[in-house]
Amino acid sequence: MAVLVIADHDGATVRDTTAKTVTVALAIASDVDVLVAGGSAAAASAAKISGVRKVLTAESTGLGHNLAEALTALGEQLAGGYEAILTPATSVGKNFAPRLAAKLDVALVSDIIEVVDAKTFVRPIYAGNALETVKVGEGRFVATVRATAFKAASEGGAAPIEAVPASDATGRAASFVSEEVVKSDRPELAGAKIVVSGGRALGSAEEFHRVIEPLADKLGAAVGASRAAVDAGYAPNDYQVGQTGKVVAPDLYVAVGISGAIQHLAGMKDSKIIVAINKDADAPIFQIADYGLVADYKVAVPDLMAELEKIGK
Amino acid sequence: MKVLVPVKRVIDYNVKVRVKPDQTGVDLANVKMSMNPFDEISTEEAVRLKEKGVASEIVVISIGPAQAQETLRTALAMGADRGILIQTDQDLEPLAVAKLLKAVVAEEAPGLVLLGKQAIDGDNNAVGQMLAALLDWPQATFASKIEISGDTATVTREVDGGLQVLSLSLPAVVTADLRLNEPRYASLPNIMKAKKKPIDIKPVADYGVDVAPRLTVLKVAEPPKRQGGAKVESAADLVSKLKNEAGVI
Ligand SMILES: Cc1cc2nc3c(=O)[nH]c(=O)nc-3n(C[C@H](O)[C@H](O)[C@H](O)COP(=O)(O)OP(=O)(O)OC[C@H]3O[C@@H](n4cnc5c(N)ncnc54)[C@H](O)[C@@H]3O)c2cc1C
Repeated sequence: MAVLVIADHDGATVRDTTAKTVTVALAIASDVDVLVAGGSAAAASAAKISGVRKVLTAESTGLGHNLAEALTALGEQLAGGYEAILTPATSVGKNFAPRLAAKLDVALVSDIIEVVDAKTFVRPIYAGNALETVKVGEGRFVATVRATAFKAASEGGAAPIEAVPASDATGRAASFVSEEVVKSDRPELAGAKIVVSGGRALGSAEEFHRVIEPLADKLGAAVGASRAAVDAGYAPNDYQVGQTGKVVAPDLYVAVGISGAIQHLAGMKDSKIIVAINKDADAPIFQIADYGLVADYKVAVPDLMAELEKIGK
Repeated sequence: MKVLVPVKRVIDYNVKVRVKPDQTGVDLANVKMSMNPFDEISTEEAVRLKEKGVASEIVVISIGPAQAQETLRTALAMGADRGILIQTDQDLEPLAVAKLLKAVVAEEAPGLVLLGKQAIDGDNNAVGQMLAALLDWPQATFASKIEISGDTATVTREVDGGLQVLSLSLPAVVTADLRLNEPRYASLPNIMKAKKKPIDIKPVADYGVDVAPRLTVLKVAEPPKRQGGAKVESAADLVSKLKNEAGVI
């Protein structure tokens, strides 16, 4: 019994979501292969993940743009050798995994947060307000993994790397036009150790830049936002934390001017330490915050910056 | 061009969900139900396409209990033309829903199927992608902008790191993200008019597709409760606690 992990990578290295998904794969089977599609240069980093049997690489135009049709065709081509196909629940994984499951006519388990046994998994439903334990039947299945719920498999492996031919999607497929990817020197939101998020309270994009970003930089943090802040254009769409945005679980999450709607909490309530700065003492965010500071952010954030300065941040 | 918009009746997004004590599921008795918010967005988009003269007819379909007719009426009041209810009290998995939708697509021959990216109950984020697979149609999920010209849809998608633009030849499947549009409220006259629009009610059996579940739900439990609620007095107090008590900075 073998499991295939389809890697999340940036073209140069695999992200730690991949090593975390390998952890889940190793809990299902002892033979785990990693497929790096459309970014063969990242294969070397995948080969270092402990417990990986071999790393497969494949290239095509569609794979280079993470297109669902191309990833699905490749998944179908390789599926025969595997009991399960796993991928992190990123925007790429969520896009192709259901397509692949339907093509293979097999079960899909979305957003695994716990492995009970090789066929039984826990996943959040209703924005994480309930946890469902599901068992897949006999035969193959496809699953996405919520990487924040798992520890990364350690490094120290030296798996062989093997190129596989990529068959182009046979049916009708979408074609790539362009992309707008924001390059930032800050850590990536999904994997950051510290996240500073701003909400509707910030009131404008300028204020978001002026207040949230310097605080994040002082802490070496990634920047996040509530839906209200993104909808209003204070922050880019991929900053959204929540049920329908990114799920994060950093060591420290700082929520500034965010009320704590259930949809927001769904994306950050598994953070180790939660700090809330809000001028409304009754804001729901305080119910889950380890450290709540009832204050106007306009005063609290500059104070916080000064205090961090004092300890050499 | 005909547009098909699948809509789901779910617990209203403002309701605090309660798990049943016997862990068989979530308590749905006497709670407010509404149209899945992402389906409001896809319905709105279809109505805008019709207003622009791009769509000629909007067919809304729901797969669910008899009460899902109310959800269809909401969509009809927003501007859809007619509804189909595939009535079932069974909670179908995304793959089963996609198979039924495929059968409906075969009957209706839409040029575009516009869905919400996920339903806020099961949070699977799967039906659109599965339907596209079964039809072997191009897909664009998480759409924040849709432009249609002739037989081509150009779709801007919200992805990790930014935005991606794809071109799809129609027919195609597109799923809506939050920022595609802001759904309208139906006006009273439109709500009245919607009462007269047709809804065709059919049993699942009419479609002859395999809707057997692939997963067995063993239990539904409450998530562990987070202990929070502590306050700090000042920024200085906060920094000292983060450093000395929590050790996270
Ligand atoms: C289908 C659906 C999906 C959704 N998905 C998400 C999601 O993924 N992520 C998400 O975040 N939301 C999501 N939402 C939206 C969610 O319900 C809330 O509307 C949103 O999270 C509110 O954002 P906010 O806390 O920034 O704004 P608000 O709720 O308006 O809160 C602003 C807070 O700022 C405080 N404040 C104001 N001024 C100051 C000041 N000067 N100093 C300090 N505090 C101040 C206020 O007291 C208030 O608590 C979703 C909603 C729906 C329907």
